[in-house]
Amino acid sequence: MKPASDRGGDLKVWGLRTTFATSRGVAVAVDEVNLDVAPGEVVGLVGESGSGKSVTLRSIVRLIREPGKVSGHVEWQGRDLLTMPDDDLRKVRGAEIAMIFQEPMTALNPVLPVRLQIEENLQAHTTLDSRARRARALELMNIVGIPAAESRLDQYPHQFSGGMRQRVMIAIALASSPRLLLADEPTTALDVTIQDQILKLLLNLRDQFGMSVLFVTHDLGVVAATCDRMAVMYGGRIVETGTVAEVFAEPHHPYTRGLLGSVPRIGAERTILTSIEGAPPSLTALPAGCAFHPRCAFATDHCREARPSLEAFAPGREVACFHHREVAAMAEAA
Amino acid sequence: MMDHVAPLISVEGLSKHFGLPQTLAGVLAGKAAPRVHALTNVDLEVRRGETLGIVGESGCGKSTLARCLVGLHTPSAGHIRFEGKDIGALRPAERRAFNRRVQMIFQDPYSSLNPRMSVRQVLTEALSVHRMRPKADIPARITELLGLVRLPADAAERYPHEFSGGQRQRIGIARALAVEPEVLVADELVSALDVSVQAQVINLLLQLQERLQLTVVFVAHDLRLVRHISHRVAVMYLGKVVEISPVEALFAAPRHPYSKALLAAAPELDPARRTRVAAARGELPNPLDLPAGCLFNTRCPLAFERCFAERPQLSSRGPGHLAACHLAEFGMPAAEAVAAL
Repeated sequence: MKPASDRGGDLKVWGLRTTFATSRGVAVAVDEVNLDVAPGEVVGLVGESGSGKSVTLRSIVRLIREPGKVSGHVEWQGRDLLTMPDDDLRKVRGAEIAMIFQEPMTALNPVLPVRLQIEENLQAHTTLDSRARRARALELMNIVGIPAAESRLDQYPHQFSGGMRQRVMIAIALASSPRLLLADEPTTALDVTIQDQILKLLLNLRDQFGMSVLFVTHDLGVVAATCDRMAVMYGGRIVETGTVAEVFAEPHHPYTRGLLGSVPRIGAERTILTSIEGAPPSLTALPAGCAFHPRCAFATDHCREARPSLEAFAPGREVACFHHREVAAMAEAA
Repeated sequence: MMDHVAPLISVEGLSKHFGLPQTLAGVLAGKAAPRVHALTNVDLEVRRGETLGIVGESGCGKSTLARCLVGLHTPSAGHIRFEGKDIGALRPAERRAFNRRVQMIFQDPYSSLNPRMSVRQVLTEALSVHRMRPKADIPARITELLGLVRLPADAAERYPHEFSGGQRQRIGIARALAVEPEVLVADELVSALDVSVQAQVINLLLQLQERLQLTVVFVAHDLRLVRHISHRVAVMYLGKVVEISPVEALFAAPRHPYSKALLAAAPELDPARRTRVAAARGELPNPLDLPAGCLFNTRCPLAFERCFAERPQLSSRGPGHLAACHLAEFGMPAAEAVAAL
C-alpha cells in the first residue's frame, strides 16, 4: 500500500502493524494503519480504551518494548524511522519529534529539579553552552506560562501542580525545537479549566513554532477544540478520517456516529442517548470481518465475513465500512 | 418540584475538616496541625424525585459532600436532615432504615466490589443485611434485579473480574437497588467508563429513576453529563457551593464567574465554536492556605476590594437560583459583567 502523497505530508505512516505475544495468543494492537501529518497540522487520533491509538503513537517512534513487534513504514524527512539505526533514531526522537504523555508525574524524574531536566534535553539536542542553556531553560519556562519561572526552575516535580507539571513536560519537549509533537492524552488527567489552558497553549505553540501535532485522545470535545483533521480508531484500525468539521458534521462510519451520539447534546436534556450496545472487543479475540459488526445496527452477513478496508469516498475523506452511504444518509435524516 | 414542598434531604451549615499529621516545623513554631477544609458551611437541599447535579473540579469537596450525605463521613459542623431528622442523632433502628433508604454507587466498580464474591453473593448480602425478602424469595429477586439493570440471568454465578467496566457498574447499581432505596447518591458514576459505555449507563439511570421514582444526587466533573441528567445543579469550588440553580438557568446565564469559566472551559462538541483564549486563568490555591475573602479571588477577572476582604454568601439571583458573588449583588450590571466575561 502506498502513502497518500497528495498532501505532501511531513510524517507518513503506512501499513503500520503492532503485535504483542501474550499467553492468550497474539494481540494485534494496531493493524494496517495509514496516517499523514502535514507541516503545522494538528491531527487527532481518537478512540476508546484498547482501540490502539496510544500504541500507534508509540510505534511511530519505536517506543514499543519486547514482546511487542512493529512492522510497516514510518517515513520522516525521507527516511524510515522503523528501520534506521538506533543512533540515528536517537537524533530524531526527542529532537525533531518530541513527545508528551498523559501523566507527567511518571514521565518526569522525581529526584531532579526541573532545570536539569530541561537542560538535559538542550544538552542532548542543541549546541548551546551551559550559560546559554540556563538562559534558554528560563525562556522555555516563560513560553509555557509557568509563573515565577526563575525561582521554580530549581524546584522538583512534586512541588508542581498537575497542570504545571504538564507545562514542564511541554517545555522539555520544546527544548529541541521539534517539528512534530506526539501528544498522548496530555490533558486527560487534568481538571477542565486546566485542560482548557493546556489545549490553548498547545495551539499557540503550534502557531508560534510551526510544528505539527499528532494528538491522541478519547475525548471528542478535545478533538473539536484543537484538531484540524482526525482519524477514528476501533479494534486497532483506523475506521474513518477527514477534517474535524466534516467528520463531526457527517460521520460515515457507524462507530463514529455512535460515539458522537453517546455524548449528551444541548437541547436534548434527560432524553435517551444513542449509545453503542456492548463493549469494545478484546484485541486477542477480534471478531471476524468488520471488528465493529457485533455492535453495529447496519451490519449484514457481508460485514460478518469480509473486513472492509479504509477507502477514500471524497477528497480527504476515508471510511472503512460497506454501508457508509446508508449511515451518512441516516444521520442526515435524523 | 415546587419550592414549598419540604425537602427530602436538607444540608445546613455543613463543614468537614480533615486533620493532617503535625509537621516538625509546625511543632517548633507552636502551630496547630494543618487541616484541610474539604467542606465549609455548605447549605443545600435535595427534593424528592429530582436529580441534583453536583459539579466541580478536583478538590472542590463534591465527593466529601456525597459521602456525608450517605453518612460515610461524620460532619465536623452542621447538620444533614433526612425527612427533617438529623441523621447524626438517629436511633439505631432509624439509622438502619436510613442506611437502606439512601444508597451510594461508587466511581470505581473495580474497587467497590469484592473480587471474591459472585454477583449472587453480593446481592444476597445486600438483601439479607436489610432483611428485604424471606430467604426462599431471594433467588427470584436476584433474577429480577439483574433484569432491571439489563444483565443476563447467568451473570449471578460470575465474579466481578469476568465483567467489563460498564457491566460492573451495572452490578453496583443492582446492589444499590436491591434494598429498594429512595435516594441514589452516584459519585462519578461513569467517569471510569468509555464514552460509548457511559451512554448505556446514563440511559439505564434515567430509565430506572423514572420507573422507581428515585431521587438522585449525581456528583460528577463532566458538565455535559450533569447538564444532561440534572434538574438542578450545584457548582462547588474549594469546599463551598458557589452557585445553585435550575439547570436551564445555570447554563443559559451563570451568575458566578467561576461557573462561567467552568462552562466555557468544557470543550464544545462543535469545531466551529472553537475559541483560542483560555476560559480561566491561574490554578487552584493551596487548600491548606485558602485566600481571605472570596475563595475565587485569586483567579477572578472581576475581583475588586470587597472580594479580598469579605467572603460572599449565597444570595438570590432568580427563581431557585442562588450565587455567592459580591458583584452579582449589585444587580443587573454585574450580571452583565459576568455574562461579558
